[in-house]
Amino acid sequence: MKTIIKSVVLLLAVATAFTLNSCKPKGPQEAIVGNAASKVYVNPGKYDEFYNIVSGGFNGQMAIYGIPSGRLFKILPVFSVFPENGYGYSEETKPMLNTSHGFVPWDDLHHIALSTTKGEHDGRWAFGNGNNTPRVARVSLKTFKTEEILEIPNSGGNHSSPFITENTEYLVAGTRFSIPMGNKDVPISSFKENFKGSISFIKVDSSSGRMNIAFQLRTPGFNFDLSRAGKGVSHGWFFFSCYNTEQAYTLLEVNASQKDKDFIMAVNWKKAEEYIAQGKGKIEKAKYAHNVYSEDTHSATSTMEQEVRVLDVTEFPDIVYFIPCPKSPHGCDVDPSGEYIVGSGKLAAMMPVFSFGKIQTAITNKDYEGDFAGIPVIKYESALHGEVKKPGLGPLHTEFDEKGNAYTSMFVSSEIVKWNVKTLEILDRVPTYYSIGHLSVPGGPTSKPHGKYVIAYNKITKDRFLPTGPELTQSAQLYDISGDKMQLLLDFPTTGEPHYAEAIPASLITPNSVKIFKIEENHHAYVAKGEKETKVERKGKEVHVYMTAIRSHLTPDNIEGIKLGDVVYFHLTNLEQDWDVPHGFAVKGAANAEILIMPGETQTLKWIPDEVGVVPFYCTDFCSALHQEMSGYARVSPAGSNVPLKFSTGVVEEAGSK
Amino acid sequence: MSKAPRLWGAFFNEIQMKSLKPITRIAVGLSALALISAYFVPLWQILMWAPQYPEGLEMKIWINTLSGDVKTISALNHYIGMKTIEVSMFPEFGYMIYLVGAIIGIGLLASIINKRFMLIAYLTAIVMAGIGALVDFYLWGYDYGHNLNPEAPIKIEGMSYQPPLIGTKILLNFTAFSGPDIGGWIFMGVGVLLGGLVFYEWRSKKT
Repeated sequence: MKTIIKSVVLLLAVATAFTLNSCKPKGPQEAIVGNAASKVYVNPGKYDEFYNIVSGGFNGQMAIYGIPSGRLFKILPVFSVFPENGYGYSEETKPMLNTSHGFVPWDDLHHIALSTTKGEHDGRWAFGNGNNTPRVARVSLKTFKTEEILEIPNSGGNHSSPFITENTEYLVAGTRFSIPMGNKDVPISSFKENFKGSISFIKVDSSSGRMNIAFQLRTPGFNFDLSRAGKGVSHGWFFFSCYNTEQAYTLLEVNASQKDKDFIMAVNWKKAEEYIAQGKGKIEKAKYAHNVYSEDTHSATSTMEQEVRVLDVTEFPDIVYFIPCPKSPHGCDVDPSGEYIVGSGKLAAMMPVFSFGKIQTAITNKDYEGDFAGIPVIKYESALHGEVKKPGLGPLHTEFDEKGNAYTSMFVSSEIVKWNVKTLEILDRVPTYYSIGHLSVPGGPTSKPHGKYVIAYNKITKDRFLPTGPELTQSAQLYDISGDKMQLLLDFPTTGEPHYAEAIPASLITPNSVKIFKIEENHHAYVAKGEKETKVERKGKEVHVYMTAIRSHLTPDNIEGIKLGDVVYFHLTNLEQDWDVPHGFAVKGAANAEILIMPGETQTLKWIPDEVGVVPFYCTDFCSALHQEMSGYARVSPAGSNVPLKFSTGVVEEAGSK
Repeated sequence: MSKAPRLWGAFFNEIQMKSLKPITRIAVGLSALALISAYFVPLWQILMWAPQYPEGLEMKIWINTLSGDVKTISALNHYIGMKTIEVSMFPEFGYMIYLVGAIIGIGLLASIINKRFMLIAYLTAIVMAGIGALVDFYLWGYDYGHNLNPEAPIKIEGMSYQPPLIGTKILLNFTAFSGPDIGGWIFMGVGVLLGGLVFYEWRSKKT
């Protein structure tokens, strides 16, 4: 009997253990539906439907991917040096990275804005922000080169940038950190008294794209996070999310999370424009670099600007209004119609959607709950269209499709939530892998979204790809949003750490893509437009080599008469006029990178010889069948030697001649 | 044998001085005017494809110049020792404008004089010019493909690179095509038209 009881107890114990084990929750489930592969497979030789222009975060670059394949086409250097093609190493590109602090070879690029006309993508430029040493950059979508970098004065870090207005009239640069303006030496604890915020409105020339700071708004001291311009009905306004309205200056994690509500700051920039036109505001001294790359000379110039016009919003109270927004809002996104503004309080359990119409009515009726530093604070309820209830945890950013739906990224609950902008009803949710930051719908921030996909840019990658030690690739996910339910299609690895990205139909970019630079239009000061124009010139201690590259030789390829103590400049002109025939150039022992020279272009490599001898140089881009032969020698003689300056190609001398 | 000269003589005697049918006269005049297009459109084209050039390279031959990817073709061909193609290497570009002008003149004259012998002369001029051009092009192609720089980086035993006269030919990694361009087609069209007109006049003489 005892044995039987023992057996039963044992059996029960085993059964219980088994049942308990099967009750143990499983890890996140994946649901890849059967036809996902065919939706992302782009046949060899065929093109993707969209370009995805993705910020590189801490690599300071942009990356260009194809959608739906997720294939990486290019890393486009913007704020960081790039030895791979010589950006920031060639004499022509060094000025691009000049700042008021001198040459800064790195930055943190967070957000992309593609130029728009009438609220729609026009395929002309991509803008990016430098978060660390405040800068904005303009990239040409014809050449995929950085054409302009403008430093932002009076800024403690350029995060809410470079968001643009409907017709690319302005892009903005809001300071992430408030600081005492004008490099003042004050105690940190004097935050409330001395620290101010600053929002720059940067005018973009509609034909050349050239940027200049039209004016800066001086604001109360708190942190600006993200922003979006109004469009359609709300064109003429700009919306910024603000956090740390507590004005904490230490342990922000706690001290900037105390208030139930921070603000969305609504800016009537048309009004600000009027004041500027009336000559209002103060001209302040400020030192900031303005760097422009010319396709004409294939060279950049850096100019140090000296002043900026400042409008203090506390003196012009009809420019700026505050709207209370729960718990440290991050994203501040405007729907395609321009009527709805979504605030994403990253610590809140719901998401408020504000109505532009209601905001206008509230302003007309002075429906204020009070003021902050003299600036009216609109009543929350008066501005509110409605709240999205229980959307998920940690809402960050919202993009829109063409059907009236919004897609919000949830960092903490690691998912994308689809909801209807008008009804605020939640329609669908899908997991992301893991902890999504930004997300992108093609045309998502424009008046006319292209829809079709949403792409998640995640902060944590973990087990998604083959591990590569502690430092892993970053990860993105592509979802099909053409149906009612979002469908996961693809994981793809990304470079740097992507923050915001935009996707644009290839048809808006591809037809204008430059294949070569015309050699006749090259106005570089040291160009050699043919081998007959090659030469070597001495200017004191400087030796300038006007060199050409064409398959498969460099001219000149024998150079003598360089002396220790000289600084040698190799000005390489690529004579090719054929698509995809770049040449490269490198010199043994040069404390520099290589340079890549596109057909018709001139680029310069600086070399300071450090020892006597004969130094080889060669083409670094496998250009042709005789690429390995594409090389030459530079003879370095002792300082004070009388070896004459001499250069040639294809000249064979008798052995023993000097 | 002895009949032939007599037939020729008969042809000349009976027909040469006859006026053309009005339709023929108009067609001859228009065809001569059509040839003026030769000054504005390319006459001949050479197209090339290689694994690295799926989009193809082209060289267009005009009445007095070349266009297209001439520099690129020369840059590629220097590896096998071919000459750099330049307009100056073709004396033809100096006189072709006059030659075509003369043919147009004969055509217009044929329409004005309105005699059958002029139609024959016009056809003969076009056909001779066509044959002459092909022979000339063949001779240039032979020289360009055979007369190679002995110091060329790439030398292949027994290989020559004469481009095709008309049609397609594979030369190492390139597939080359040679054929008429718009102007050439107009010339050929005019030739065929004139042949047809002669035949038409000949038939109408019999009936």
